[in-house]
Amino acid sequence: MNIVMPNFASVLPEMFVLGMACAILVIDALLSGRRKVITYSLSQLTLLGALILTVMHSGEKEVVTFGGTFVRDTMGDFLKVFIYVITAVVFLYSRDYIKSRGIDKGEYYVLGLFGMLGMMIMVSAHSLLTIYLGLELLSLSLYALVAFQRDNAVASEAAMKYFVLGAIASGMLLYGMSMLYGVTHSLDIGKIASYIASHQEQQMILAFGLVFVVVGLAFKLGAVPFHMWLPDVYHGAPTSVTLYIGTAPKIAAFAMAIRLLVDGMQGLAAEWQAMFMVLATLSLAIGNIVAIAQTNMKRMLAYSTISHVGFLVLGILAGTREGYVASMFYTITYAIMALGAFGIILLLSRKGFESDQLDDFKGLADRSPWIAFLMLLIMFSMAGVPPTVGFYAKLMVLQTVIDVDMLWIAIVAVLFSVVGAFYYLRVVKLMYFDKPSGSGSLIEAGIDTRVIVSSNAILVLLLGLFPGGLIALCRLAFA
Amino acid sequence: MAFEKIIFYLFSAILVLAALRVITARNPVHSALFLVLAFFSSAAIWVLLEAEFLGIVLVLVYVGAVMVLFLFVVMMLNINIAQLRAGFIRYLPLGAAIGLVVVAEMAIVMIRNFGLDKVARPAAKAADYNNTEAIGRVLYTKYLYAFEIAAVILLVAIIAAIALTMRRRKDTKHQNPSEQVRVRKQDRLRVVKMDAEKKQ
Repeated sequence: MNIVMPNFASVLPEMFVLGMACAILVIDALLSGRRKVITYSLSQLTLLGALILTVMHSGEKEVVTFGGTFVRDTMGDFLKVFIYVITAVVFLYSRDYIKSRGIDKGEYYVLGLFGMLGMMIMVSAHSLLTIYLGLELLSLSLYALVAFQRDNAVASEAAMKYFVLGAIASGMLLYGMSMLYGVTHSLDIGKIASYIASHQEQQMILAFGLVFVVVGLAFKLGAVPFHMWLPDVYHGAPTSVTLYIGTAPKIAAFAMAIRLLVDGMQGLAAEWQAMFMVLATLSLAIGNIVAIAQTNMKRMLAYSTISHVGFLVLGILAGTREGYVASMFYTITYAIMALGAFGIILLLSRKGFESDQLDDFKGLADRSPWIAFLMLLIMFSMAGVPPTVGFYAKLMVLQTVIDVDMLWIAIVAVLFSVVGAFYYLRVVKLMYFDKPSGSGSLIEAGIDTRVIVSSNAILVLLLGLFPGGLIALCRLAFA
Repeated sequence: MAFEKIIFYLFSAILVLAALRVITARNPVHSALFLVLAFFSSAAIWVLLEAEFLGIVLVLVYVGAVMVLFLFVVMMLNINIAQLRAGFIRYLPLGAAIGLVVVAEMAIVMIRNFGLDKVARPAAKAADYNNTEAIGRVLYTKYLYAFEIAAVILLVAIIAAIALTMRRRKDTKHQNPSEQVRVRKQDRLRVVKMDAEKKQ
């Protein structure tokens, strides 16, 4: 048999991250407890290096290598760059938090890097096998991170729930993939797509496999009715881990949906569009309505995630290029918004005070007007108030849905967004019009965290005023 | 052909029954043993599918190593079965109903649309076909990338297990010999001067 040499240049970022993660693991074991700053700096350097490697090799044409299990294309590069940047900010925000909670072990960053490696693998997967393995790598790292605070019973419970439900979801996904493999005799996404296109008579059995794939996907995205894990995990996990789970993996999940459904099963579009319609409507409804009843900020943001996932699904469901562009734009901007929201919760918290209750935000404008203003920007953006970017993202998704004549679902989305605006604006009301209750929060965070949180929130406004650049990039990804 | 079919159905029946017993057995040790039986039956089915290497590895690795360790863990942990079963009866009707509906739906789709007349039968391999060799050929070539990722997943599992269990517990008492040796009289003894008690 002749061996085709894989194109190693296109997997350089993955190889670099893997090598560095292993190196950091060893270096950290040799460091004494006080020099954790080296572990942290090395992790950030890894992200910077991966960014440079990815950008250096971008702009070339699509490369499929490693026996058809890996693909490097514009969408992949673009999403990876966002994943690096978001992970870097997550590490930066987490640093003070984990230090004061006594969980600043080197493994925290190593697991974070391995999780990110899993996301990179998912983003540039070209085979069912690689998608599954990337997902498992990501999930395993996240389970461990959720349970990282061992003395915290709530976190352990959340990790257990996440683990069991995640395992069921993986099983579902794997079963669906096995059915697809059984029919198409291939794991390669390109080959599956061409098989589906040429074998219309086997639509039914392919759809059977598709159902399980969509269930697995919905679990990972957190779309209703497969959302049960999300509030508990967001609430129970240490806030810095919630920040991580709530941002970058959403981008990876979006890439996974595109690779599986658009690249692989375009021939079954009618089938998965119908399933996505149910997922989108239910997510928008449950996410926005149940969030109103929450008193915990992290739990409220978890339900808000579910409703945003509804929008994300809506864009893919439109099934047009514009729809995918809108969905990608929505995913990225949502990740930026969530980063800001959880970042501010982290900023306000200190040892022994999590600042994750809604009441903790009472009268924030009196105590620290600047932070309150940043939170106001992010809440406005999540609610979809112009001129923030959240408005523009929602508008783009709705536009594409209306373009494919699904007016009713656009109306449903708008109605539930109005419902959702209530609980975002309630936070604003608490901050600006209520008297502070009890413990005035003292911000201990370093100047670097403050600067990044500020620019994070300002970015939400700037992207809303000038969305053109990001949209152009998203268009490029689906050229 | 007929003989193969009989064997297939025999092992499939054992597999399904064993899998059911894994979740219904009262004793966790029995559950683990039924899981061993389930693994063994699926290994037999894999051998029927001409994947003899995978079948043997399944028996060696899972039955031989993983399940033995698992049994140790089950025996060492003090699992409160009554507590685990508390909600079982309450959720059984709903769970069973949903499960049955799903199985029925799956059966309808499968029987109608999946079969040798719908999907071509994979060609039988020649008598000298070697599954071990076939896997060896592709494992480090075609599936190199996936193979490496699988290795990374195992590494993460190790890191996670160590990071979660290796910690200094607050309630354990360590001895530090060097501190014990270096202790001075002043650290431990306190001389208290008291006035002599007066006789009453």
